[in-house]
Amino acid sequence: MKYTLAVLVEDKPGVLTHVSALISRRAFNIVSIAAGYTEEADITRITLVVDVDDQYELEQVVHQLSKLIDVVKIVVLDGTDSVHRELAMIKVACRPERRAEIINLVNVFRAHVVDVNKEAMIIELSGEETKIDALCELLGEYGVREIVRTGRIAVSRGAGAAREN
Amino acid sequence: MLLSGAQIVIECLKREKVEFVFGYPGGAVLPLYDAFYADGFPHILPKHEQAAAHAADGYARTTGRTGVCVATSGPGATNLITGIATAYMDSIPLVVITGQVIVPLIGRDSFQEADTSGISTPVTKHNYLVKDVAQLARTLKEAFFIAGSGRPGPVLVDIAKDVFVAVTEFDYPETVLLRGYTPPTVGDEEAVAALARKLQAAEKPLFFVGGGVNLSDTAALMREIVDYTGVPTVTSLMGYGCVANDNPRFFGMIGMHGAYAGNLSTKATDLLIGCGVRFDDRVTGLLEDFAVQADIVHLDIDPAEINKNVVADLKIVGDLRWSLRSLLERVRETPRQEWRRRLRPWQEQLELWQKEQPLSFEPRKGYVMPQAALLELSRLADRRAVLVTDVGQHQMWAAQFFAFRQPRSFVTSGGLGTMGFGLPAAIGAQVGNPGRQVICVAGDGGFMMNCQELSTLADLNLPVKLFILNNRYLGMVAQWQRNFFGGRYACSHIPTKTDFVRLAEAMGVRGLRVTEPERLTETLREALGCAGPVLTEILIPEDEDVLPMVPAGARLDQMILGGMSR
Repeated sequence: MKYTLAVLVEDKPGVLTHVSALISRRAFNIVSIAAGYTEEADITRITLVVDVDDQYELEQVVHQLSKLIDVVKIVVLDGTDSVHRELAMIKVACRPERRAEIINLVNVFRAHVVDVNKEAMIIELSGEETKIDALCELLGEYGVREIVRTGRIAVSRGAGAAREN
Repeated sequence: MLLSGAQIVIECLKREKVEFVFGYPGGAVLPLYDAFYADGFPHILPKHEQAAAHAADGYARTTGRTGVCVATSGPGATNLITGIATAYMDSIPLVVITGQVIVPLIGRDSFQEADTSGISTPVTKHNYLVKDVAQLARTLKEAFFIAGSGRPGPVLVDIAKDVFVAVTEFDYPETVLLRGYTPPTVGDEEAVAALARKLQAAEKPLFFVGGGVNLSDTAALMREIVDYTGVPTVTSLMGYGCVANDNPRFFGMIGMHGAYAGNLSTKATDLLIGCGVRFDDRVTGLLEDFAVQADIVHLDIDPAEINKNVVADLKIVGDLRWSLRSLLERVRETPRQEWRRRLRPWQEQLELWQKEQPLSFEPRKGYVMPQAALLELSRLADRRAVLVTDVGQHQMWAAQFFAFRQPRSFVTSGGLGTMGFGLPAAIGAQVGNPGRQVICVAGDGGFMMNCQELSTLADLNLPVKLFILNNRYLGMVAQWQRNFFGGRYACSHIPTKTDFVRLAEAMGVRGLRVTEPERLTETLREALGCAGPVLTEILIPEDEDVLPMVPAGARLDQMILGGMSR
């Protein structure tokens, strides 16, 4: 079972070391991890996607992470009331004669072409992982040169903020 | 007041009322040592950084205060790691100060550089790298607060050498503001009320007392609850001393080398109440079959311990100083006689099991038996003695046959099982408890891992009484090889040519030896009566097993029994 955790941490040196060392030390299974600045100057928000066997293991992940001194808050963002997104950039090998075909696909997925040259183009897409997976698969037949994905970020619906609840 | 970083460290130590530091100098901490020199700050110098960490640990375990140790960068810091990990596993409060290379040299594989904060991360409660003298005082204040509060543990502060030299205005913060760290104190009263109700209804309740009771200094509360209700009580290795061994409600240690009655009680109990325990695999045996018939109640300050190994039916998260006090008040609402009347059959059942299979051993003609040595030591020791052990067979015999009477009187590496822990930890215990008898029991293997500290004992004239149970084997390894590896003693037979008595004498410690059972008592008496440090080598049989034993992965009632019952 996969769960998305919003982990609010102090923006201090060593925080990522502490978080990643704990994950490795406790043998937790991490699907993705994404970190960035937030609305508060000294808080970094890490979105973790964990794969756990049961509720007890999820509880362990939350409790063990909570013990880290620099972890201020953890919220489990349950799939039904939160928005998940990931950003991907896909570099596809593409000769000029097939550009139109690929642009059609790009439009269907509401993706964007962000760079084009004689032999390749770069496509940017944001969305849920399944949508990105689907486009990557379709583009596979044209020859994908590189895929870069950010990992999931997520936010709850409604006016509430993770730092508050 | 303008102070250098080194002077700030010393000021902070004084504000935290640190009595001693255990440390070893080196390049990156030279400015700090220069400040120690100028100040005359009390400093204990062992012969190896690992011993400094274990000594600070032994000091902390016996005094309840935070132990402080110091080492230089690189190898100094890495030598501390075993000691830090030992303290971490047993939740012992330490503040560890290490030097680091100067800030411009960090990350360049400089001389004596190691990533100390990186290496220590998985074995510390928290750690810091200080690169700016303006952060030093606040960092040390936080370090002491974190180490000693909540579930205690070691905190490492790695300080760049140029920070020791830099000068700043000294301002020691009065309070600590850490929004990610609020140790639980008072918890859910309703949960304690629920426990009291369960206890009222149970026919076979059992208290399982752990190291948390020692660490929170709640042994007196625990004793009151046990004495008032008469609920039978068992312990983990770390919980010894909380309820005295001679209490009629006390049925010994449970787990791999637990007592027969204790282990059987876990199978029969209908309400197991774990107080400050973490249900280690050495305690539970086969996890699925641990306390199968019981409702499990878990009291702990660390929410992460709940449901980690054993799923609790009722959790009480909070400081034991709150939860046990609350529980005591609630159990007192029922008259003492009523408790006794209801629990009598259960108490009698446990007494019967204890009578059936007491801890025992088979004497062998012409040999000093290790169990007999521990029994005799227990009889001759001061009532307030501290017993320190190393790790291995002797440690289990000590747990089984020494009579613990007081909390914080048994110092042993339970979680990590660190060989070489005993002698340096005894040094720390003696430094922290002058005038109190400190006895250290070690095996011939573990003793040799830090035997250089005999020299420290002599140099400081610390009156530690060291006893080495010498069986010429790495005894616990050999026991497993004998029982589970077809008697193939791979690298566990160590018939060393080292003469322990002469080794002791060479280092300035008195040496005694006993080989015949007839001379055991007088030799132990002589050793305990010495004014200064003394090493006593006790030659024991080569192939004695620690029994009972629950093989790894077996149920607690599947014990290999021993002694007179074999």
